[in-house]
Amino acid sequence: MATENKQTMKPFSVHMNKDLQRRYRAEKRFQRCGIAAIAIALSFLALLFASIIGSGYTAFRQTFIELDVHFSEDLFKDENLAAADYAGLIKQALRTAFPEVKERRALKSLYMLVSPGAAFSLQDMVKEDSRLIGSRQKIWVPANDDVDMLIKGQMKATEAEADRRLKDDQLGWIGQLEKDGKLETRFNTTFFTSGDSREPELAGIWGAVKGSFYSLLITLLLSFPIGVAAAVYLEEFAPKNFWTDIIEVNINNLAAVPSIIFGLLGLAIFINFWGLPRSTPLVGGLVLTLMTLPVIIIAGRASLKSVPPSIREAALGIGASKMQMVTHHVLPLAMPGMLTGAIIGMARALGDTAPLLMIGMVAFIVDIPGGFTDSATALPVQIYLWADSSERAFTEKTSAAIMVLLAFLICMNAAAVIMRKKFETKW
Amino acid sequence: MELTSQLANQSFPTLPTYDFAASLEQTEAQSAVRQTVGNPFLDNPRMTCRDVAVFYGEKQAIRHINIDVGCNEVLAMIGPSGCGKSTLLRCLNRMNDTVPGCRVEGEIRLDGENIYDPSVDVVPLRARVGMVFQKPNPFPKSIFDNVAYGPKIHGFTTDKAELADIVETSLIKAGLWEEVKDRLQEPGTGLSGGQQQRLCIARAIAVSPEVILMDEPCSALDPIATAKIEELIAELREQFSIVIVTHAMQQASRVSQRTAYFHLGDLIEVGPTERIFTNPRHRLTEDYITGRFG
Ligand SMILES: Nc1ncnc2c1ncn2[C@@H]1O[C@H](COP(=O)(O)OP(=O)(O)O)[C@@H](O)[C@H]1O
Ligand SMILES: [Mg+2]
Repeated sequence: MATENKQTMKPFSVHMNKDLQRRYRAEKRFQRCGIAAIAIALSFLALLFASIIGSGYTAFRQTFIELDVHFSEDLFKDENLAAADYAGLIKQALRTAFPEVKERRALKSLYMLVSPGAAFSLQDMVKEDSRLIGSRQKIWVPANDDVDMLIKGQMKATEAEADRRLKDDQLGWIGQLEKDGKLETRFNTTFFTSGDSREPELAGIWGAVKGSFYSLLITLLLSFPIGVAAAVYLEEFAPKNFWTDIIEVNINNLAAVPSIIFGLLGLAIFINFWGLPRSTPLVGGLVLTLMTLPVIIIAGRASLKSVPPSIREAALGIGASKMQMVTHHVLPLAMPGMLTGAIIGMARALGDTAPLLMIGMVAFIVDIPGGFTDSATALPVQIYLWADSSERAFTEKTSAAIMVLLAFLICMNAAAVIMRKKFETKW
Repeated sequence: MELTSQLANQSFPTLPTYDFAASLEQTEAQSAVRQTVGNPFLDNPRMTCRDVAVFYGEKQAIRHINIDVGCNEVLAMIGPSGCGKSTLLRCLNRMNDTVPGCRVEGEIRLDGENIYDPSVDVVPLRARVGMVFQKPNPFPKSIFDNVAYGPKIHGFTTDKAELADIVETSLIKAGLWEEVKDRLQEPGTGLSGGQQQRLCIARAIAVSPEVILMDEPCSALDPIATAKIEELIAELREQFSIVIVTHAMQQASRVSQRTAYFHLGDLIEVGPTERIFTNPRHRLTEDYITGRFG
């Protein structure tokens, strides 16, 4: 009996040993797979960032040309300063800089070096300080986008002339300006302060940022309170019956509905039926609310569910009413989760384009919206519009706008993380 | 005298019999309700349960039980797990209302008033019948706020000094004051398990209940913390009626004056603790106490 025992024991332990090693190897293999997966994901992410930043960082700088502008009194005879011919001032300054250019066609291509926006910046300067009239000033004005592209090296002077938007004579003038130190690149404030424009060098994202801001404000103000109230009611008060089951299933379905459907719904209800103004942050916010609500309700219910029942029992056991139990104990504990859900929902709303296309926020809007009912566009829509533009200079703007959008998204997600850490309750 | 008049006033479908042999016989062939051995009735009770039956959906968890809770006594409920001790305990302050599908039949009175009467509001009831749970469950708030919460919501006082007074007396009664008086603003969840449980007791007594229900209050605690709670229970008895569910028979014999033994939803035997432990009359009780099952 004893020997038999020994015989069975030994092979068993050997087998066990082998088995153990096999298990360790399996674990190692599994870990390596995980690491490989993470490495692949990270490299895609790095690729994305590298390509966006690589093609977008140049948009934060802008080429300027120095002009010697003479604000001659003759031009400002009219009382109305806005009526003066500022474009003429620019042209005159260019002619002074290159006196050898005489021929009409050549002059026209000379004028093309400077952005049409230069006239507006002169106008603003005069409006601000009328003492300029009669004086001679060295003024830096934005160069046209083609010049900008050339300076940034995105247009090659070595290409055949027919393929270039800048011709040989223009290249010569640019070379001369550069040599005289009358051409330099500066930080592009226009990009952050102005609205959209047909001229790439004048186009900015501020209009889109404000449009997004107003839309998201409406979304937040509507979807968070409604979503939290709905989650609390469904989770804490609603009877568990057929109807609440139906509601639950439908909320889950709504969260998975493609966002363009919400856009169509918004078009049909808010614009066509209610008659709200199209292309406005008001309608945009309402549509995004429809889209965000299910997300917030689901996240809210999940975080309410995660509040331990012992806390509810403790509150009820000491004679708190159901309402007191919810408001004093359950809701504060569920709040971090709810906020996280809300921020993630808002981040999704910030990045969504499709529903806004449906309600007309895709229009070309130069003015910066001042309120909820002004026509506006939104950041992702602006990206979509620029990506669709043919001018080469809009390519870098597109990437730069993506960078801005990503920056906002990263900030929002960071806020979610910080919020969760801050309100997290230690048990 | 009072007992008989009380009995006369109530009509029971099953009047308690004290015939030991008969009840034993019935146990053997039982399918109907088992009769309780021992006298579950008291003169001058604080709470009375008459013909109480509890159902979870179709399933019956408690079968037609009669039992009284006296003033200033500790009543221990013992029995194998799943026999319905917690269920009955949670009926006494209507915590079972929160369980979907739970139905309570019969009559439970607190100071003569039927607590299941539709006119009774559970909120003040739960202030009068406090509860301490198996797992210490302080709110994730400061020690002070834990104790002050009950008095605040029941509107005992709006005065800060008075509230601080209530908190202090409650903590003193719960034997926790000395340990926490310097850190009242620290979170209650940062205390040790035993301290947390005493904090929960302080929280319950802060609203001056008449009865305190304890559901295995020491099962999550170490022996030293347990001993402290047991001491505390003995002191609290002078002021409150206490019903304690415990799976530790030693504990029941140490802290209680009366013991009730439950088995599969029936109240098998009830009587003075000493007698139950030294001289159980029902075979099931004896089997349980001697450790033959449980
Ligand atoms: N919420 C509930 N829903 C359904 N059945 C329950 C519920 N709570 C307890 N029960 C059942 O009721 C019986 C008694 O449970 P309980 O009172 O918790 O027993 P004990 O506390 O004596 O261990 C058990 O059979 C249990 O399965
Ligand atoms: Mg139990």
